[in-house]
Amino acid sequence: MEKRFITVDGNEAVARIAHKINEVIAIYPITPSSPMGEYSDMYSAKGETNIFGTVPQVYEMQSEGGASGAIHGALQGGALATTFTASQGLLLMIPNMYKIAGELTPTVFHVASRSLAAQALSIFGDHQDVMGVRQTGFALFASNSVQEAHDFALIAQAASLRSRIPFLHFFDGFRTSHEVSKIVQIDQGVMKQMIDTELVNLHKQRALSPDHPVLRGTSQNPDVYFQGRETVNPYYQAVPGILQKEMDKFFELTGREYRLFDYVGAPDADEVIVLMGSGAEAVEESVEYLVAKGEKVGMVKVRLALPFDIRAFIDVLPKTLKAIAVLDRTKEAGSLGEPLYHDVVAALFESRSTLPFAMPKVIGGRYGLSSKEFTPAMILAIYKELQKSSPKNHFTIGILDDVTHSSLTYDKDFILENKDQFQAIFYGLGSDGTVGANKNTIKIIGSETENYAQGYFVYDSKKSGSMTTSHVRFGKEPIKSTYLIQKADFIGVHQGVFLEKFNLLDSIKEGGVFLLNSRYPKDRIWDKLPRITQKQIIDKRLKFYAIDAYSVAKASGMGSRINTVMQTCFFAISGILPKEEAIEKIKQSIQKTYGKKGDLIVEMNYQAVDHTLKNLFEVEVPISITGTIELQPALKGELDSFSREVIQKITEYKGDEIPVSKMPADGTWPTGTTQYEKRNIAAEVPVWDSETCIQCNKCVSVCPHSVIRSKVFDIGLVGNAPETFTYKPAKGKMFTENDVFNISVAVEDCTGCALCVEVCPAKNKSQTNLKAINMQPQLPIREEGIKQWDYFLSLPNVDRALLDHNDFKQSQFLEPLFEFSGACPGCGETPYIKLASQLFGDRMVVANATGCSSIYGGNLPTTPWKKNSEGRGPAWSNSLFEDNAEFGLGFRLAIDNHEKNARDLLKSLQIDEVFKNEILDAVQKGEGEINLQRKRVDDLKKMLVLMDDEGAKALLEVVDYLVKKSVWIIGGDGWAYDIGYGGLDHVLASGKNVNILVLDTQVYSNTGGQQSKATLTGAVAKFAAGGKAAAPKDLAAMAINYQHVYVAKVSLGANDKATVKAFMEAEQYDGPSIIIAYSHCVAHGYDLRYGMEQQKAAVDCGLWPIFRFNPELLQNGENPLILDYKGIKTDVKEFMYKETRFKMVEKMDKKRAEGFLQTARETAQSYYQRYTHLQEQFDHKEEK
Amino acid sequence: MDLSTSYLGFELKNPLIASASPLTSSPESIKKLEDNGIAAVVLHSLFEEQINHELQQLDHFLFSHNESYAEAIDYLPHEVDFENLQADHYLKEIEEIKRSIDIPVIASLNGVSSGGWVKYASKLQEAGADALELHISYIPTDIDMDSATVEKMYVDTVSLVKEHISIPLTVKMNRYFSNPANMAKRFVESGVSGLTLFDNPVTVDIDLMTLSSVQKAQITTSRQLSESLRWCGILYRKLPCSLCAGTGVHTGADVLKAVISGADAVSLASVLLMKGEKEVQEILHFIRHWMEENEYQSISQMKGSVSLEHTDNPSAYERSSYMSALQNFDRDSDLPRRFL
Repeated sequence: MEKRFITVDGNEAVARIAHKINEVIAIYPITPSSPMGEYSDMYSAKGETNIFGTVPQVYEMQSEGGASGAIHGALQGGALATTFTASQGLLLMIPNMYKIAGELTPTVFHVASRSLAAQALSIFGDHQDVMGVRQTGFALFASNSVQEAHDFALIAQAASLRSRIPFLHFFDGFRTSHEVSKIVQIDQGVMKQMIDTELVNLHKQRALSPDHPVLRGTSQNPDVYFQGRETVNPYYQAVPGILQKEMDKFFELTGREYRLFDYVGAPDADEVIVLMGSGAEAVEESVEYLVAKGEKVGMVKVRLALPFDIRAFIDVLPKTLKAIAVLDRTKEAGSLGEPLYHDVVAALFESRSTLPFAMPKVIGGRYGLSSKEFTPAMILAIYKELQKSSPKNHFTIGILDDVTHSSLTYDKDFILENKDQFQAIFYGLGSDGTVGANKNTIKIIGSETENYAQGYFVYDSKKSGSMTTSHVRFGKEPIKSTYLIQKADFIGVHQGVFLEKFNLLDSIKEGGVFLLNSRYPKDRIWDKLPRITQKQIIDKRLKFYAIDAYSVAKASGMGSRINTVMQTCFFAISGILPKEEAIEKIKQSIQKTYGKKGDLIVEMNYQAVDHTLKNLFEVEVPISITGTIELQPALKGELDSFSREVIQKITEYKGDEIPVSKMPADGTWPTGTTQYEKRNIAAEVPVWDSETCIQCNKCVSVCPHSVIRSKVFDIGLVGNAPETFTYKPAKGKMFTENDVFNISVAVEDCTGCALCVEVCPAKNKSQTNLKAINMQPQLPIREEGIKQWDYFLSLPNVDRALLDHNDFKQSQFLEPLFEFSGACPGCGETPYIKLASQLFGDRMVVANATGCSSIYGGNLPTTPWKKNSEGRGPAWSNSLFEDNAEFGLGFRLAIDNHEKNARDLLKSLQIDEVFKNEILDAVQKGEGEINLQRKRVDDLKKMLVLMDDEGAKALLEVVDYLVKKSVWIIGGDGWAYDIGYGGLDHVLASGKNVNILVLDTQVYSNTGGQQSKATLTGAVAKFAAGGKAAAPKDLAAMAINYQHVYVAKVSLGANDKATVKAFMEAEQYDGPSIIIAYSHCVAHGYDLRYGMEQQKAAVDCGLWPIFRFNPELLQNGENPLILDYKGIKTDVKEFMYKETRFKMVEKMDKKRAEGFLQTARETAQSYYQRYTHLQEQFDHKEEK
Repeated sequence: MDLSTSYLGFELKNPLIASASPLTSSPESIKKLEDNGIAAVVLHSLFEEQINHELQQLDHFLFSHNESYAEAIDYLPHEVDFENLQADHYLKEIEEIKRSIDIPVIASLNGVSSGGWVKYASKLQEAGADALELHISYIPTDIDMDSATVEKMYVDTVSLVKEHISIPLTVKMNRYFSNPANMAKRFVESGVSGLTLFDNPVTVDIDLMTLSSVQKAQITTSRQLSESLRWCGILYRKLPCSLCAGTGVHTGADVLKAVISGADAVSLASVLLMKGEKEVQEILHFIRHWMEENEYQSISQMKGSVSLEHTDNPSAYERSSYMSALQNFDRDSDLPRRFL
């Protein structure tokens, strides 16, 4: 049969199989497995059937626990069912995995294996999650490449059906799940032959059915449980044999041969490495290189990790074997070794009497945690270690462990030359289309030539202005290099600004090709390069090409998307295909990609191709370095040693060099380090016009990155201000006539979203297209802007005691203790977080659910939460996704405990009773009262240090808890409405004094916009591709039901005054509070500079009712419900059809869209009726 | 009594055409117009911006944040089929309307550049449009652009559209050319079979609350009929094309005046928006009544009878008639008495 190739990533390779051989797919999004669910949903949405002729039901659950429960039920119902997950998600499935395995239920869980959250979360790949479920009874089956992931997804299902043992099929997160690779596609005929209908029928016959009723899930007692548990042994014993048979059958059908353990290398090898996962590919590549050099080495790829077949393992080992290194991509702290090492040691020991060789030396080692690079240089070091008489056991490779000295050293300069491969690296800006273009290039080369192709993409940890790095390889042979490109034939720098910070040409080969997108013309481009770049070009004799891609894209009608331009450049100069042929292929691919979207888009792209060829030029390289530009430091400012040695290195992409000793042992990290980054990512930044400004502070409040600040200060202070620093007399009763007002902008930290400009209500009297804050190109004003900002920071903050914090405008003079985060430009969440930090930052403890806010809040290298000048500020932690409310409640319980302890100790202390009672009886509602208490406690501390008393010493430890602490529980709607709802509900019910802030974007934003129960009716989201039909959950109403919970639904864009009041009231309320905050998001599909306008539109049309429910008012005999909107002012269409998420439904199906609009109108009406009615009810209650 | 007239090669049962307006944007209201006696319809306009920007916008917002962050490679499902893009929807609408009515259906394209959107003209023809009205409304804001350049742009666009179709093409002209008659001639030379005189441009206003400039669609009155009458009168029998008087036709009297000045047909919008589809019957009733009273047997009999060529007072069409118009002004009427 002719091979049919496809170019796909690992997730798609698996989803294409899983969707074909299952009937029910229950999922929950988690990186890096989410795309498998999304692909499956897409196939089903398009009506694609499985091999049984039905369209699988794809169902998104509220958590992975829920998904596994649904799968368990579907399996018990006799359906073939699967799920996809990773990391903590897999851990949440453990209880059901025991059940599924215990009941001998065939299924396959596909896992894109990922690190577990320990000292920190990591989204990247290793086997910690999979090794964390060894005990559940699932067979563990590893695939090492995209092709194997495709193949094993099918083989696993066949073997599971035959053995009745559930399989966990795993492949490395990102390295395999996101690697794009050319593979042979399995056709449906093969699938049908692999999936035995009789076994499927047997599975269905075991279904729970009232037509042949049985009972499962009994409760067994000491007399029989044990025996019952042992009944499954024969099934497990049969698994290896069954799997091998299925592999053999697969070989017959496809020609691709696999064994339980595959040996590669010299038949007479002395040293052997044993491992599983993508690292095996790199080892195989290295073994081939070493064997060709005459080295006696080999390797074993472990396919079936559990049940471990001792015989099969021993059989594949060479009879000459002397030493084995077992590599585990996991960490079991405190263990004698990691699981695979244990299994290998046990296997050798148990076969000691029948071994065909003398007992070899066995060492275990850890590698590649969190997708840490695993390269041939490291692999060579391991073989070298094995040759030693006493090789290091329990070693690590790939890091420098200078604490317990576990790490092996390796030759960092060693690179496995692969002359048959063409290797290219591209540096792009997130969203400039670079990655998309490279994926397209790979598809062209994969499908149009005989070459194999591989693409791997590295993304930044920031959501704004991030750098993407594409590693692209082509070659005549299948590509096994499962590591980043170390020396490239071609480097494309799609954003010239990166060269100012990084020495990107360090990794290009001599004589390589360098392509640069630059605004500078041919005669000036050389001089605009940093000296280090010039040196690399000259020393390595590079061919240097350039293009002004943005101009070409603009002229072709493509805006700022330079994907087609840069792709054309690559094909034109890389020589990978003959130029004419390449251009034709690009155009064919454009037709294929955009054809459905109409001639215009196709034409635009064609034009871009043609314009590119006319505008691409080769730069004549001078013989000497002429430039004056030096690389900019990654961090600026006065850095402490930790920032210098750790944070700066990570920022410079040199984090791999940081030794273990420099890393905090418990994951503790300093706050307030984003201020050193100075990313300069905005092309345009806001500039304040003091003349026009009306001092409303709206721009300050909406700025997502806290780069716009206002201060009022004595005019006497401005003597040494930079010339361009402007100010005007301050408005406000609390200010004197000597006070002046200024707004300053941190031009280097701005992301250029322009939310501030849109929200500014002032217009220039003479030029109405100008406001009091206007965008201007950053570069010409950068230096002056820096001076202004530094000067602004040197001015004193407005005295907090002077300000009414309940007043919106005044609240914005408060210093934000959350700044310059990595959130998207125009983020709708961060203004709320910033507001909380302004109001309560000096006494806040934050529990942050996993999601966007935990990523921009705590993703390395730098942290946006910061301290004030007194050294106080928010203390922050992220536990998990699902437990955040409980985590925060724990903070409260601990704080309450410490406070009680402190009060008890204080009560028994022999000090002035009046002073003592002042402290004990202090009311600490507002900040003024809290500050007074802080002063009292400071005085108390001074007394305590002088007292020689055990009680005093004990009190000193907890005395700060006599000052109020503010517990904040922050997360998105995915957490609050779905996965964390049970906990959230419990915490609300607890009556404890915690403040919950729900940043409601109405989708799972961080994982790419999957629908949640907050998703509005009619909105398109992942798993709601046709628009969500159901109404969103009214979380506020549910919380109000308790009547003891402070509940506010707010929208900064619609009513900033009410928003500030809600935060103040929530914090002051001595009980649970929940604020549900409308947060616009990139997942809504419009230009976020209009985010605040859309927030207002959502309120005006009634779909986002804003109100405050304050039980304290109820206690005072007042109506507790205050509506902050005046009913429905506009039609829902005014709000909905300005956002792609709603509008696209109309473009897909007008009738359905009309239905959604009608439902939305009814929902808006019902909200208004519900809340006005509730208000009336309370009125009546008061009257009674 | 014969109310029929020949327009763009079609035999219309009367001279009343419903011009592009919200009333011609749905099959239901078009059917009502037909039932009330309208002789042809010009569909609501398909704008160049609708054709170009909708796709670009969707394309932009579906992809603009993709591939920049490892956890969210994209944000919206984009493997979806857009079956109802405005331009495509328009095509479907034509098909549907053609099925439900018998009178000629004239599609309307509104644009200014000679870009790819003109290709839509052929799609409109394929969808079943009997004719195409092209509405070019270009406001030059560049003070260095001379009038010849602007005029050439108009003519080029007309030629380009004509290249794509074989159905009759009519141009809805604006009145601000130095010599509208010459432009009319050049349009006809470019392949146009009809001219609508004139368009009713959206107006600009300033909102004193927001201090912003705003656009407003203008409802016309019979007072605005004058320019249509003048140029129908001037162009009658000068060019081998049909003439349609638009802007300011509100009453049966207006229709009669237009035809008498030389128009083959009239287009109605404001009056229908204000008074509804039934007003067509009123207008026709008035025409019949007037023809009876004045013993006219047919529309063709009166067509152009007071055109520049046939009028007893040609100076009325020219500037020199200004004084005379004032002298004849009647307080009870909004038009010089001579025309009543």
